[in-house]
Amino acid sequence: MEETIQLQVSGLIKKFGEDTVLNGIDLSVRQGEVVVVLGPSGCGKSTLLRCMNGLETPTAGTILLDGEPISAGDRNITRQRQKIGMVFQSYDLFPHKTILDNVTLAPRKVLKRPKAEAEADAQRLLERVGLWEKRNAYPRELSGGQKQRVAIVRALCMNPEVMLFDEVTAALDPEMVREVLDVMLELARQGMTMVIVTHEMRFARAIADRVVFLDGGVIVEQSPPEIFFTNPRTQRARDFLQTFTYENRRP
Amino acid sequence: MAGSGINVLFMGKNFLRLLEGLWVTMRISLVSVVLSIPLGILFGMFLTLKNPLSRALGRVYLECIRIMPQLVLLFIAYFGVTRAFGWNLSAELSAVIVFTLWGTAEMGDLVRGALVSIPAHQYDSAAALGMNRGQTFLWVILPQTLRRLVPLTINLTTRMIKTTSLVVLIGITEVLKVGKQIIDANRFDYPTAALWVYGVIFLLYFLACWPISSLAKKLEQRWR
Amino acid sequence: MHQSSLFGLNWEFMAKYLPWYVDAAKLTVTIAFWGILLSLAVGMICAVIRYYRVPVLNRIAACYIELSRNTPLLVQLFFLYFGLPKLGIVLSAESCAIVGLAFLGGSYMAEALRSGLESIEKSQIESAQSLGMGKLLTMQEVILPQALAVSVPGICANMIFLIKETSVVSGIALADLMYVTKDLIGLYYETDEALLMLVIAYLILLLPVSVAASVLERRLRYGRFGN
Repeated sequence: MEETIQLQVSGLIKKFGEDTVLNGIDLSVRQGEVVVVLGPSGCGKSTLLRCMNGLETPTAGTILLDGEPISAGDRNITRQRQKIGMVFQSYDLFPHKTILDNVTLAPRKVLKRPKAEAEADAQRLLERVGLWEKRNAYPRELSGGQKQRVAIVRALCMNPEVMLFDEVTAALDPEMVREVLDVMLELARQGMTMVIVTHEMRFARAIADRVVFLDGGVIVEQSPPEIFFTNPRTQRARDFLQTFTYENRRP
Repeated sequence: MAGSGINVLFMGKNFLRLLEGLWVTMRISLVSVVLSIPLGILFGMFLTLKNPLSRALGRVYLECIRIMPQLVLLFIAYFGVTRAFGWNLSAELSAVIVFTLWGTAEMGDLVRGALVSIPAHQYDSAAALGMNRGQTFLWVILPQTLRRLVPLTINLTTRMIKTTSLVVLIGITEVLKVGKQIIDANRFDYPTAALWVYGVIFLLYFLACWPISSLAKKLEQRWR
Repeated sequence: MHQSSLFGLNWEFMAKYLPWYVDAAKLTVTIAFWGILLSLAVGMICAVIRYYRVPVLNRIAACYIELSRNTPLLVQLFFLYFGLPKLGIVLSAESCAIVGLAFLGGSYMAEALRSGLESIEKSQIESAQSLGMGKLLTMQEVILPQALAVSVPGICANMIFLIKETSVVSGIALADLMYVTKDLIGLYYETDEALLMLVIAYLILLLPVSVAASVLERRLRYGRFGN
């Protein structure tokens, strides 16, 4: 497989006032690679993802997409963002637009694609997640899992090169988590470059090509999932994984 | 000799006369506010009664007062009531009556809003802690209601002050009328007096209302 | 006295002067219409300036809003109508009324619109941005439509407030409903009739707006939105 670096993070530092959230992150994501970012809450995973999409301005360091820098406030950020799709925990569909309008808005208004063409794309993608019948519904008529699948389609309609997922199942009822994760597995199988922040350990293990463990604003460990989940190299990763198990807890 | 109109303000007691004129409307608004607050609290509690008849009556009163411009109410009280009942209400007394009736309606609606805004689980939690109804009202409901009400009541005061400026239109000699007298008296010596006199009146109202509404805004932000 | 007539009212008198009220109501509607339209324009500009905290302009807008909200319309009108001509700025009474109403209403509309804008969650804006939408497109497609829906009750309340406020334009000698009423009372002492027609005229103007506003508000509350 060709080793093209698609997303390159180097020396990334992000401070909020006195608070250093990210303290020197170096990370490269190859084309078609699925990177899962794990870590305790407050470790900076979400901030890392938000920096990758230019929603936060790094205090120091650079992020390159296809060799071109991403930085918030920059005029080219709008163009760069078109190549990176992002899905949020709270789905954030546009409540005043139908499902079809939600997913075709950006292709039509940003990429200036003809309506019929954008809708044909939308149909293909909505059918793939089983929601084409809901095209004329409003977001409030959908369940959380359905909304999140639409949010993924909305990002995919821009034909992004990279997809970022920020705890996309954290706000969902347990029985809806699966339908969303299945969509993501399918995407990974098709070779999409993905960076995923999640708390679903079993899903992380199934989907990841590489696990990045973040703690205290630095990357503590990077391993293939088989190694990370069975035999983590660092004590901090072991402690972290321990919090997800209930075995041997009862006296 | 035509001099700059600004000098008119410093001639004789002109500025003092303007302030006295302003005091006339202030007095009407203060009396009306002081009367409206207790009456409005009672009316607000009346509006939250479960009885559908009393609720309907309250709403009718509220909507009737609200839909009419205050000036129309003022006309009805000043011209209409005097004739209909043969009472000879002075303009100032009719103004106080109208603004109290209006203030009571507005205050009542604020009180009602504050009372119904307390979520039911607040009552439940208080009950779960073993409080009785009196204790619940005194220690849980009232403080939360007051926090909402105080800034809104202060705002009502500035609305009252602004609205009482209307009394000049039923012939009360207040600040605008005094201003006009000063301008008329100096028509030939100071032709630009109108600019300065009405400009000063504008500023006087602003200086009267702005500190009060700023206070309300501050309290609202702090107590949110 | 006209004891013989229905309800003791002089219907003949009312019929005779009805056209006065119709003309006066037309004037009120004209002033209210243009005043409200201008208020919305002024309010929208100020709201957007305040929302984006545009330097310098933000301070100016804030000062204007304070000035406008803390002074009575009647005093604003006196200054516009009697004061400004001394600076060489002469406006007709009708223009003064419209400008005055816009000066007053602009700040109220600005506050209503701004609270709508600020009710839109940051995550909505971020998700638009992450789709590659620019500032203008985000405002136009995502923020504004939702913000307007939130602002509608406030805008409606302001409209009713402004229509009621037009009643003070008689203070600058405009022949509106109040002016006509006062005239008739002064000329013929037909107080009851004049006042009754006044009240009915305002009810005809205000009731439909008020009912439409509450219907609209209810539909928006239970209607299409909600994430």
